[in-house]
Amino acid sequence: MKVIIQRDSTVKEIKGSHTVEKVLKMLNIIPETVVVVKGGSLVTLDTKIEEDEEIEIIHVVSGG
Amino acid sequence: MRCIKCGQRACFEIRRHRAAFCQEHLIEHLRNQVEKTIKKFKMFSPKDKILAAVSGGKDSLALWDILLDLGYCTEGLYIHLGISSYSDKSHEMAEKFALSRGVPLYTVSLKEIFGEGMEYIARKTSKSFCSACGLIKRYIMNITAKLGGFDAIATGHNLDDETAALLGNVLRWQIGYLARQSPNMPERGGLARKVKPLCRLTEREMAAYCIVKGIDYILDECPMSRGATSLKYKETLNLLESSSPGTKDQFYLSFLERGQRYFKPVEEEVELKDCVKCDQPTTVEMCSFCRQMERAGFDSLALKKSLKELLSTKGNSFII
Repeated sequence: MKVIIQRDSTVKEIKGSHTVEKVLKMLNIIPETVVVVKGGSLVTLDTKIEEDEEIEIIHVVSGG
Repeated sequence: MRCIKCGQRACFEIRRHRAAFCQEHLIEHLRNQVEKTIKKFKMFSPKDKILAAVSGGKDSLALWDILLDLGYCTEGLYIHLGISSYSDKSHEMAEKFALSRGVPLYTVSLKEIFGEGMEYIARKTSKSFCSACGLIKRYIMNITAKLGGFDAIATGHNLDDETAALLGNVLRWQIGYLARQSPNMPERGGLARKVKPLCRLTEREMAAYCIVKGIDYILDECPMSRGATSLKYKETLNLLESSSPGTKDQFYLSFLERGQRYFKPVEEEVELKDCVKCDQPTTVEMCSFCRQMERAGFDSLALKKSLKELLSTKGNSFII
């Protein structure tokens, strides 16, 4: 699957199908710090993403 | 995962509430939470005129949208700080939102008034950038609310902001700050009421709200806030929240309900008087804003003059 990480404009390729929660764990991302979008819609942590699908991870923590 | 309200496929989960929602019920839930917060902390009533301080980011735009949907008379204030392209982009988002909702947005531009932006002004003072910037923003918010006849200033501070501030204050035992930290700072001596209706919602929820409602917000961070200590506190709290959902909620609300009272006696009410130059409230002869602008070589009164002109125009793309 294709994973777009919005914060640093990077794209990761991950083999196999996994839940969003597993993908975040693989990328060492704390779930509380992001929202995940597939095809323009939000998806929950238990959503399974297939190998040919694409998701975008949007970081939500702002500072200052 | 299914929506707890309708059983349809959920799009978002809120682990601290052990709940998940579809798009429609997520909006309803967040809106209800804001309404409950406004009532619980007696922030304002439907008769009041509210000034939403907007930055073009997710929190302030979501706040403005929710307040409008709840029927509160809310107008927006955007402070253009002149920070490289970041300020232009964030202003564009605020303006786009205001136009889409047909509501007034007052834009106060430092460069238009003083000929220089925040970076120049901060260099001319002994303060850190964020401290100098915060001082200017607070002053502009207050004077706009006062001159414009607003009953309260609403800011987009959320649960993450409030818990990070609380953790910072606890780690340094900042007794005065702990005594004052509140989602509802009442009006006193020339200071307008300041409220934080998002204090029980996380920034993750605000981002989700904007995505579901199709509100464009600036994703970039202020380039001057990189490395801010508050980000480290947020990361720590998010790690705790991840293993124990509800930690942030409990930390903040329990402090307000049960912890803060122990700091109150320490706090002494500071007497406010009028600044000799601009008449705005201060504890000394000349307020910090006037002193800061003098150090930067500017006439602080130029802001008040421009603001009066701006407020008479009813906002919308009128930049001073």
